[in-house]
Amino acid sequence: MNPRFQPGDRVKVLHRDQPGHVRTPMYVRGKTGVIERVVGSFPNPELLAVGHSGLPYKMLYRVNFRQGDLWEDYGGPAEDTLEIEIYEHWLAPV
Amino acid sequence: MSETHDHSNEHDHATHTHDGKPIQEDPLPSLEAQILEASVRELLIEKGVISADDVRRAIDQVESRTPALGAKIVARAWDDSEFKALLMSDSDEALMAFGVDMRPTELCVVENTDEVHNMVVCTLCSCYPRPVLGVPPAWYKRRDYRSRAVREPRAVLQEFGTQIPDQKQVRVHDSNADLRYLVLPQRPAGTEGWDQEKLARLVTRDSMIGVSDALAASDIGG
Repeated sequence: MNPRFQPGDRVKVLHRDQPGHVRTPMYVRGKTGVIERVVGSFPNPELLAVGHSGLPYKMLYRVNFRQGDLWEDYGGPAEDTLEIEIYEHWLAPV
Repeated sequence: MSETHDHSNEHDHATHTHDGKPIQEDPLPSLEAQILEASVRELLIEKGVISADDVRRAIDQVESRTPALGAKIVARAWDDSEFKALLMSDSDEALMAFGVDMRPTELCVVENTDEVHNMVVCTLCSCYPRPVLGVPPAWYKRRDYRSRAVREPRAVLQEFGTQIPDQKQVRVHDSNADLRYLVLPQRPAGTEGWDQEKLARLVTRDSMIGVSDALAASDIGG
């Protein structure tokens, strides 16, 4: 499985209308960040949670966000960041 | 079941929220989940699939792991640059020397430097590097820590007594999926020539979660 994104790529987290056990918290949806690393492929947790095998595996990335891009009123320095793991089907290129 | 939103048509989980609000109150423990756990456990024992002793043994094993193991790993990384490089690049391989198996997760080690202070939270539940730190502290699982650590990390750090200067970046790691995070704190000044056993005494649980720094040399009588 080849990763669609590479470290340094700018990506946007999608607003998928998907019920159930998802690992993409609300606060990053619709936000733009940068791929920090390609973690590798893992069973899809959205399927694992409901008793399936998790196949096909999903590519997982660590994405870096500027805190100021996550929270309009972030109170700290502009350099502060947050990193989180996001599966490929939740990401779009910017 | 929370009073503020209706979960009746979806799965209910005591530690999940779906409304995305940054500040959350802890719900009462779910009686339903407790009854479910007891029923399944008693059935498995009754049918001879597992024994009560297996359950006790598993709990004993989980609870026997302590942050002392993480402290040993950090002390070795401070003392042995080759080990540190391996720990940062291939943690599975590095942890074999300590008999640690993180599977099916992977350990991601994040290093504090003069420029960056790292801090770990799991906003979705309470993911934690149990094989190296043991059972997470109660506050790590609380909704206020989980919601505020991503929203106002510097205020949370300050409440833990940790003041990060403005010129140092605070980098929060949301442990939301398949990795688990261990902060490699900065080696305190005045510890040159210390052996790993003495260095490990400076490494606290909280410093490996990133809500504090390691102890100072003078804290343990330098």
